[in-house]
Amino acid sequence: MTVFKHEIKQIRMTLLIWGGVVGLMILVCMLTYPGMNSDASNALDNMGALSAAFGMDNLSISSLMGLYGLECGNVLAIGGAFFAALIGIGMLSKEENGHTAEFLLTHPISRRRVVVEKLFATLFIVVLFNVLCLLFSIASFAIIGEMKNVVWDSFWLFHLAQFVMQIEIAFICFGISAFIKRGGIGVGLGLAALMYFLNIICNMSSEAEFLKYITPYQYAEPSQIISKVSIDGMLITIGIAYAAIGVIVAFCYYNRKDIVS
Amino acid sequence: MKIIETKNLTKHYGKSRGIIDLDLVINEGDIYGFIGPNGAGKSTTIRILLGLISPTSGQATVLGKDCIKQKKEILSSVGYMPSEAMFYNGMRVDEIINFSANLHKQDCTSEAKKLCDRLLVDTHKKIEELSLGNRKKVSIICALQHKPKLYILDEPTSGLDPLIQKEFFSILMERHKEGATIFISSHILSEIQRYCKNAAIIRDGKIIVSDSVEMLSKSSARRVNLHGVSTVPSIDGILDISQQNNTVSFLFNGDIQRLISALNGMQITDMTVSEPDIEEIFMHFYTKGGEQK
Repeated sequence: MTVFKHEIKQIRMTLLIWGGVVGLMILVCMLTYPGMNSDASNALDNMGALSAAFGMDNLSISSLMGLYGLECGNVLAIGGAFFAALIGIGMLSKEENGHTAEFLLTHPISRRRVVVEKLFATLFIVVLFNVLCLLFSIASFAIIGEMKNVVWDSFWLFHLAQFVMQIEIAFICFGISAFIKRGGIGVGLGLAALMYFLNIICNMSSEAEFLKYITPYQYAEPSQIISKVSIDGMLITIGIAYAAIGVIVAFCYYNRKDIVS
Repeated sequence: MKIIETKNLTKHYGKSRGIIDLDLVINEGDIYGFIGPNGAGKSTTIRILLGLISPTSGQATVLGKDCIKQKKEILSSVGYMPSEAMFYNGMRVDEIINFSANLHKQDCTSEAKKLCDRLLVDTHKKIEELSLGNRKKVSIICALQHKPKLYILDEPTSGLDPLIQKEFFSILMERHKEGATIFISSHILSEIQRYCKNAAIIRDGKIIVSDSVEMLSKSSARRVNLHGVSTVPSIDGILDISQQNNTVSFLFNGDIQRLISALNGMQITDMTVSEPDIEEIFMHFYTKGGEQK
């Protein structure tokens, strides 16, 4: 547990900042709900392909869950995925980048153990991030006095999908992290951004439908989950498989990697 | 008992050389010096012993255990000090020391306190506030607090002031008396000569000589200083010549009778013949292309 605890300590400030900022943005978005007039929402709902790109063809921004899914959904989807990428990509690579690998790995702890504890630290941090965001979300419903209008099934399912997506991105980045020494942040954030844009392309054109097998944003799409109250089982399974590959690759490679200064 | 043993140990980094066919034996209770210029392969050897890198071919055992398969068991009995002491920014010195002890699954509080007092370490400072020398001191504490059987020290004194160096070596000598084995990699030869029993010289990835420090110092070469003359006697076996103010100095390696004959008739006012120190021998091996005479 030593490495796990050490990681949580190291990352707690980053976690509080990201969780706080994303949470506050969700809160601010929801505070606009009572003031969202129907003209503005109609205009936003009727932008054709652009509406489809952001999933607005299924949800109306004038309803409570519509606004939550579209506005907060995007905030969480971008903020959460970027945070997950940031945590995953640095987890193993930072030891070599900061020349601390020579310190850590010359203690009586196996590489396998280091990878396991760091993996659980990644998982735990992403869980804490989601708890923070959920607290802000629920608080925002309470503040605007709409607790009774929340469709909780959709709400929890949406957050579950977001969590799985963040874990997928974090674990893929964790796998990449085993290979790199520096430049991790660019790779991680670049990957998260790429997935986001692939999703937009996928939403806009039916010819790009195959992209749904690549980007996790497809199974975590709030408009789909909230309107249908279900998650695409196949896509989420593929996503979990990608995460598993990331973890397996990290284990296999890091275990026999040469740590050179 | 052999504490460290390597057989035909070879490491290539892609196409570039690390070490080639390295054979090293270090016995229990030894203080062993590992001498060589930068890039000779000292750190590569140490990294293999600690399981940070795996050898291309050959074998390495530490405390009778295999460096790859039994890495964890080895590391629990080893105190390692890297040449560059790097730690996690944002952590305090006591947190680092504690983290290291926890990784060893040992409570080293009292030993760590003793070491901090002797080496004058301020445990409340943050790592990023420390100078190189102070980081090095933290590294010493992490390597020593769990009282290992074997110490592997990679250029341990660089950056330390002379007083701390002295204290550090006196702690090491205490540990040695208690039965520990010490392996020091260094290019500070006076340090090796003063503290080590045995030593090996490594150059271009190969060990060119290994012997007791006493024997290494007792090479047949002699440092000859001639006063009152400005010409060098013309005989074979003369190296490292320097001339200034009617004084000629050189290393002579060969039959002393030949030297005496060559000096006969020269206008020498005074002369000294002395054993060269290990530094001169090292330079000799280094500049002569590694052939042992």
